Amino acid sequence: MNFGNIDWLLIGEATVDTLLMTGFSLLFTVVIGLPLGIVLFLTSPRQMLENTPVYQVLSFIVNVLRSVPFLILLIVMIPFTRMVAGTSLGVEGAIPPLVASAAPFFARLVENVLRELDPGVSEACRAMGANSRQTVLLALLPEAMTGIVAAVIVTAIALVGYSAMSGVIGGGGLGDLALRFGYQRYQTDVMIVTVVILVIMVQLLQVFGDRLVARLNRK
Amino acid sequence: MIVLENLRKTYATPERVSHALAGVSLRIDRGEIFGIIGRSGAGKSTLIRMLNLLERPTEGRVVINDQEITALGDAELRTFRQSVGMVFQHFNLLSSRTVRDNVCFPLRLAGMNRRQQLERAAEVLALVGLSDHADKYPRQLSGGQQQRVGIARALASKPQLLLCDEATSALDPETTQSILRLLVDINRNLGLTIVLITHSMDVIRSVCDRVAVIDAGQIVEHGDVLDVFLHPQHPVTQSLLSESGMDAEGWREMADGMEGTLLRLSFRGPSILRPLLSQVSRDLGVDLSILQGSVGRIKDTPYGQLVVAVQGEAQACARLPAVLRENGVECEELHQ
Repeated sequence: MNFGNIDWLLIGEATVDTLLMTGFSLLFTVVIGLPLGIVLFLTSPRQMLENTPVYQVLSFIVNVLRSVPFLILLIVMIPFTRMVAGTSLGVEGAIPPLVASAAPFFARLVENVLRELDPGVSEACRAMGANSRQTVLLALLPEAMTGIVAAVIVTAIALVGYSAMSGVIGGGGLGDLALRFGYQRYQTDVMIVTVVILVIMVQLLQVFGDRLVARLNRK
Repeated sequence: MIVLENLRKTYATPERVSHALAGVSLRIDRGEIFGIIGRSGAGKSTLIRMLNLLERPTEGRVVINDQEITALGDAELRTFRQSVGMVFQHFNLLSSRTVRDNVCFPLRLAGMNRRQQLERAAEVLALVGLSDHADKYPRQLSGGQQQRVGIARALASKPQLLLCDEATSALDPETTQSILRLLVDINRNLGLTIVLITHSMDVIRSVCDRVAVIDAGQIVEHGDVLDVFLHPQHPVTQSLLSESGMDAEGWREMADGMEGTLLRLSFRGPSILRPLLSQVSRDLGVDLSILQGSVGRIKDTPYGQLVVAVQGEAQACARLPAVLRENGVECEELHQ
């Protein structure tokens, strides 16, 4: 092992790629998963917009996407990924499968956060004459903010891990580097460096997330 | 005025049909404080939720100020709800908003502009004595203060009717008294009708004008609080009273082996202050021993109720009830 042989430029590029993949995937995951989670919550039994068919269909899709192993999803989605991202390779090619895997996960987390809220808040809103849109936007989401932020952090960390796997299909990033240099070329030093960088990333996310949650909780 | 006509609520499960309310009819006058008391599961919670249709009756009508609430569409119902305040056992405040913004919340729903919202919030917060806490978050306040915020929020949109769902049940006795005093003040100063549900006779006694006792989804007894307290008819009412230290039957043990006539004397209002018993005892030459008694206040009216054993000359004893009645004391002969 000789750390002097490491191509730090390559590592730097890969780190940026991982950050881009995680960042954009997280953005789309929240954009898709948050409304999905809200709809799941509202249409579930004994909730404001209780609708069993809608709930069951959505719930089924979410479960299917969550039960397909990410590596398989990555491959199965290639035609779709080409359509949406224009390529199935690189950072762009990794984002659609990452979102397809993380959005249902995040949606479930959001659904659970909303379910854990005191039902008294919804009741008070109804008693004050709020419609369901006002109840969700003005009361439930602000009340659930701490829980949702925590869910975003959990999802972001999961995405860091998943993005490493996308190296398998040439997704780029730290995982790709670890696979090509560390595994296939037996450069254990590269492997160690990428793993250390990933650990640092996850740590930073967690620390930052915990601080944010603590600050929101202080209210 | 509120009119409830034959309200029924049934829940059908595959196994059985249960009746949360089995035909409730009531009339509640404008400006009064009306209490509904019952044990848990008696249906009081379902009943109060029907006054703003948080729960819809399976059958029956709710008419408030000549408006049939049960016939309203969704949008009209939401507008109607903005004219009814509701206070909850666990306050149900928004923990993510300040006290001020909690109070502004119903006004925002009603489409009032921010400046007017703030003005109104300041008024009601002053009314409940929380002006200094407007910028705090609910969890920084004590339970009693949180309930004051709940009351301020309920009053913000100037409702004609205030519903209190076990508003003091989560509070300690001292805080309960201060919240109850606040409710009475609001009722007097704003002329607001208040309907409250509770499982405590003490709450009924401190604030209510009239009371209905509910058991197994039915109103078993209702009337002026004084009448119900002095002459409870239904076993449920009697046991609720005895649990709060107003046992109507305690004299029986004391009277065991006692000679003479037993009388239950009930008096209310200013007559309580006159030395009536010693006067009649002197005038008629009879002796009275008190077997049981309670003297106190129901809302603003002083009242008393005594069970006495009368001993003396038969003729004098026979005249006693009439003399007492002339002096405004209700008199009822008891038999062991």
